[in-house]
Amino acid sequence: MSTPPTKPAVNRYFGASVTRNEDPALLTGQALFVDDLVLAEMWHAALLRSPHAHARIDSIDVTAAKARDGVLAIYTAADLGDFWRPAPLVVPPPPIPGMVFNQRTQVPLAKDKVCYAGEPVALVVAESRYVAEDALGDIVVDYTSLPVAAELATAASDEAPEVHEGLAGNVAAHVHQSKGDYGAATAGAATVIRRRFTYEHGMAHPMETRGVAAQFDRKTQRLTVWATTQAPASLRGGLATLLGLGERDVRVVAPFVGGGFGAKLLMYYPEELLVPWAARQLGRAVKWIEDRGEHFLATTQERGQIHDAEMALDEDGRILGIRDVFLHDTGAYNPYGLTVPINSQCSILGPYDVPAYDSTFTAVFTNKPIVAPYRGAGRQHGVFVIERLMDIAARELGIDRAEIRRRNLIAADAFPVKHEIMFQDFTELTYDSGDYQPILERALELIGYDKFIAEEQPALRAAGRKVGVGIVCYIEGTGIGPYEGARVQIQTNGRIAVATGIGTQGQGHFTSFAQIAADWLGVSAREVDVTTGDTDQFYWGAGTFASRGAVVAGNAVNQAAAAVHDKAVTLAAEHFGCAVTEIVLEDGVARRSGAPDEPIGLGDLARLANPMRGAVKPGTEPGLEATRYFGPESGTTASGAHAMIVEVDPETMMIEIRKYVVVHDCGTAINPLLVEGQIHGGVAQGIGNAFYEQLVFDNDGQLLNGTLADYLIPTSLDVPRMTLDHTVTPSTRNELGIKGVGEAGAIPVGPLFAQALEDALELPSRGVDIVEIPLSPNRLWELNSSEPSSTSDGD
Amino acid sequence: MKPAAFKYALPRTLEEALAVKAEHGDEAMFLAGGQSLIPAMNFRLAQPAVLIDINAIEELAFIRVDEDGGDLHLGALTRHRDLQFDPLIAACQPLVHEAAPNVAHQQIRNRGTLCGNLVHADPASELPAVMLALDARLRLQSNAGERWLAARDFFISVFTTARDDDEMLVEVALPAAAPRTGTCFLEITRRPGDYAMMGVAAVLVLDDDGACSDARLAYCSAGETPVAARAAAEALVGGRIADDDIAAAADQAKQEIAPVGSVHASIDFQRHLAGVVTRRALGQALARASAAEPEAMP
Amino acid sequence: MMVKLLTVSTRVNGTDYKRVVEPRLLLSDFLRHELGLTGTHVGCEHGVCGACTVLVDGLPMRACLMFAPQVEGCEVMTVEGLAPRNSAPRNSAPRNSAPKNSTTDGDLHPLQAAFRDAHGLQCGFCTPGILMTLTAFLEANPTPDEAEIREALSGNLCRCTGYQHIVDAVLAVTRPRDGGTRS
Repeated sequence: MSTPPTKPAVNRYFGASVTRNEDPALLTGQALFVDDLVLAEMWHAALLRSPHAHARIDSIDVTAAKARDGVLAIYTAADLGDFWRPAPLVVPPPPIPGMVFNQRTQVPLAKDKVCYAGEPVALVVAESRYVAEDALGDIVVDYTSLPVAAELATAASDEAPEVHEGLAGNVAAHVHQSKGDYGAATAGAATVIRRRFTYEHGMAHPMETRGVAAQFDRKTQRLTVWATTQAPASLRGGLATLLGLGERDVRVVAPFVGGGFGAKLLMYYPEELLVPWAARQLGRAVKWIEDRGEHFLATTQERGQIHDAEMALDEDGRILGIRDVFLHDTGAYNPYGLTVPINSQCSILGPYDVPAYDSTFTAVFTNKPIVAPYRGAGRQHGVFVIERLMDIAARELGIDRAEIRRRNLIAADAFPVKHEIMFQDFTELTYDSGDYQPILERALELIGYDKFIAEEQPALRAAGRKVGVGIVCYIEGTGIGPYEGARVQIQTNGRIAVATGIGTQGQGHFTSFAQIAADWLGVSAREVDVTTGDTDQFYWGAGTFASRGAVVAGNAVNQAAAAVHDKAVTLAAEHFGCAVTEIVLEDGVARRSGAPDEPIGLGDLARLANPMRGAVKPGTEPGLEATRYFGPESGTTASGAHAMIVEVDPETMMIEIRKYVVVHDCGTAINPLLVEGQIHGGVAQGIGNAFYEQLVFDNDGQLLNGTLADYLIPTSLDVPRMTLDHTVTPSTRNELGIKGVGEAGAIPVGPLFAQALEDALELPSRGVDIVEIPLSPNRLWELNSSEPSSTSDGD
Repeated sequence: MKPAAFKYALPRTLEEALAVKAEHGDEAMFLAGGQSLIPAMNFRLAQPAVLIDINAIEELAFIRVDEDGGDLHLGALTRHRDLQFDPLIAACQPLVHEAAPNVAHQQIRNRGTLCGNLVHADPASELPAVMLALDARLRLQSNAGERWLAARDFFISVFTTARDDDEMLVEVALPAAAPRTGTCFLEITRRPGDYAMMGVAAVLVLDDDGACSDARLAYCSAGETPVAARAAAEALVGGRIADDDIAAAADQAKQEIAPVGSVHASIDFQRHLAGVVTRRALGQALARASAAEPEAMP
Repeated sequence: MMVKLLTVSTRVNGTDYKRVVEPRLLLSDFLRHELGLTGTHVGCEHGVCGACTVLVDGLPMRACLMFAPQVEGCEVMTVEGLAPRNSAPRNSAPRNSAPKNSTTDGDLHPLQAAFRDAHGLQCGFCTPGILMTLTAFLEANPTPDEAEIREALSGNLCRCTGYQHIVDAVLAVTRPRDGGTRS
């Protein structure tokens, strides 16, 4: 068999803004989400959660709860037997020399103590969620409160209460990475900027909360689990191991999932273990749906980092080196390893030429919910640091802030760029391809930067209006391994079946993957049925995260479709008795070009490929089907720039975004319309992060704003209309040249707001820098009324 | 979150409703729009054993103007939606009409009621402040009888009113506006529809010579109840109002309120905003009063 | 007078239903689990996110802030009632994740089709609530401008789209057919 070509002959769908295959089902309310499931004899679960952030459990009395009508079972840690154990580490830390890593992972139900408010303590299974919640009220737990390590900086001190016994200073990890020699490189620098930056990224809050339903069939001894997970194959593997079942006896299905953004990625959420376990114990189907109030505490989130950063530059504003020391709040447990802080660490390099870099972080346990990736996964924090340092440096050196970026952007001929430090995918941080100057120039052009600064802004200011402009650049490592796989099959009815192991939470995989396969096989994209997230349909995979779905699974689909194309044309050539090169696949048939023969339908061809009798040649595979796996050698680097013009009401500090521009490079785009959607959504979340959303905990580790009335997700009136443009530097890491785009919109919005709002209020001219995110009208008012920062030192 | 179980009653008359209430005392609660009560029940912050749904009591559904005197009467089933769209309310009480769209979102306004909102007495709610500014009178009825309370005597503390447990708030009466009345409702929220960081209901009345004959300033999110800035308002009465007078009223009002701060706004910021909204609202109210016809309003 | 269970008779998407329920059953749960109309989604039960928005006697309301008995004698419309072919409750047999491309554009209400054309949905969870809000809004306001559309949407949260394509969908479906400028 010949090697499949990397591109199909016809390019009808790839790169086209095709409307989505999945939309009719979603629009008509016919799409199945986990809570829509009705299973025979289904019972409903609820969890009793700790009201205390740190406490010993002295006793749990479930007698009254068990006696309530309609309650089937109640479980505490003691009831779980061998099943009770700390969850495995989802993401082991990369092997960075000198690293300290103290693994402490979450347990299904708290046993002797609770480490965060919201930690599960008991599971109730009842005839309805209503009754289950009634039973929660019957359970009596005696707690002895323990001192709480709530705030990040204080939790890091040796005197702080220990979240986990024996870990002084609540050290979850300590990591140092460097390149070059910062001291040597920066001796004689024209200027050194030092600041303390604090950055808080919030919670994903997908519109659908989490949920899991499980059914153990005693006759077939198979467990089926429906879950809102972003990583069904990984969940399948873990459940099989933990429940002592064969992997093939567990099926995990992630049906339609109402948004993920990282919040549905953790393994293993206690509920994901408890519900299947209970289903098996009870021989009944059990469903648990998280409510929004629980979600605030029970679902992973990002929170804060404190960076003491410095940047040394020469007199032309060229970066000589960056040094940064930061604390990272990892919450009560660290199952996600170091992904988030390492992303922060790596993102500080940005799209700039940084000869020397010295970065140290300490991840700190606190008595708060688990921190794990949320769209951006720590990149926000790093990008804030570098972009703010650039702005402050620009000011000190009297260089325009767009110009200082120009001078430092990595040159187009420098790729691939290797940074000598380790990235979250265990490989050396490498930027494969990129061309950053045109992105910056285009963004400046679209926002009207020069004219705004020279003419419009002065005129508006003279009229007493507070308007500012911002421009920021970023890169984003995407499309990391390990791998994904896909199976493409021409069915006997002529429809194409594609299956892959990743899940879908709105990214449009049912369409983008269909587009790839359709071009190879000469069918309409509407004739391609894509299944994602069903481990019985496709067994292997890692999951949807880190902007990798289209890149990694998409390339697997491409290779599999190419292989099926090859099989089809080979078989068709045999059928027609001609050369393979004469065969064309189009309109759902295989035809011999230039000849009067009847074409053969793809479905019929597929039937031919599966003879019921007779002999076949050695090496033949039945059907027109192929499975391929793709694992990139390393991630691929997307990039972009955001620009914004914002006006601030000088009295109320309420803002209005007058113009918002994104120029991005995600390599080759499968479907530009879907890419736009990802950027819009990302920016909206970035705006939330920059100006609206903040998880406010008190010193007792209690969340003060745990409702959607007080945790402010942007509405249609808070998100502006955006102007988008794109450039293309194809990825060198995969055949399709695609780079991920899922997180791009969300990443640089914090520093953009800081820069533009500083500009609007003319804070720097009064000696005030914005060194924190999130902002708010209240905070702007304080900054606007404040005294100049007394020193530039970072303590 | 699911609510705790309750027994449900759907009385057809006010008398029935009050009888059920009297029978069950504080174990029973009235359900009108439910837009404040049901979230509280979903969070299990409220767990009434008996819920008395008053939505079928037709005698509570009225919006009418007295023929003599022109007072506006709003029954307990008057919804925020009515405050927004009813032409009678728009004509007689523009302050109410202007404040109503600020209450949450349309989906809430389609169901929630004025009286329910007042009884809930969230100090961040807009309408209690409006009632205070308009000197509304509230009719409370129980099995044992009825009484009228002035708005200023109704709001006691956070989520606490002078309503006795066996009483239902059945009616709000708003005195007819004097000719040359100008009003303005203005609030500052993080997002449209949110509870206010600060809000003001301003009423100015001018006499035939253009001098101020009456002024009211009432604030939401300014204390444990809606708060009236009486001294600030008093100081405006007597002469023609100039910019300086407005600025002085704003400064004075800032001192009279007692904001408690929230995750979104510090006390200092709330006070600052109070000054801003007072200035802006008074400016607007003055312009409207000046433009109003001196003749009596319909 | 006081009951622990009661019969609710209500008309949903043109079909009459009668069910015996606990009075505390939220309308959202009644529609989804009693009637099997799972198109209405539950996002918060605080009355904030709008995912559960349905029409009750033509007005959009939050189904999570009503009890089932409160739609006694009312006409309720859910997303399943928008496109004529989909008004019957779904078969509740469990399915895996593969959507079948069997619903054609001809089965979609013009507003739904506009959403599809403009990519006005990603995960689709908030979409039914938004469609119901817009259905009532456009009835009262057939040719809104962008600001009015955003105002109308402000009581529905979407975490995926950033709203822009939703606004585009509404603008597209409300443009006069002759392509002239809107007033």
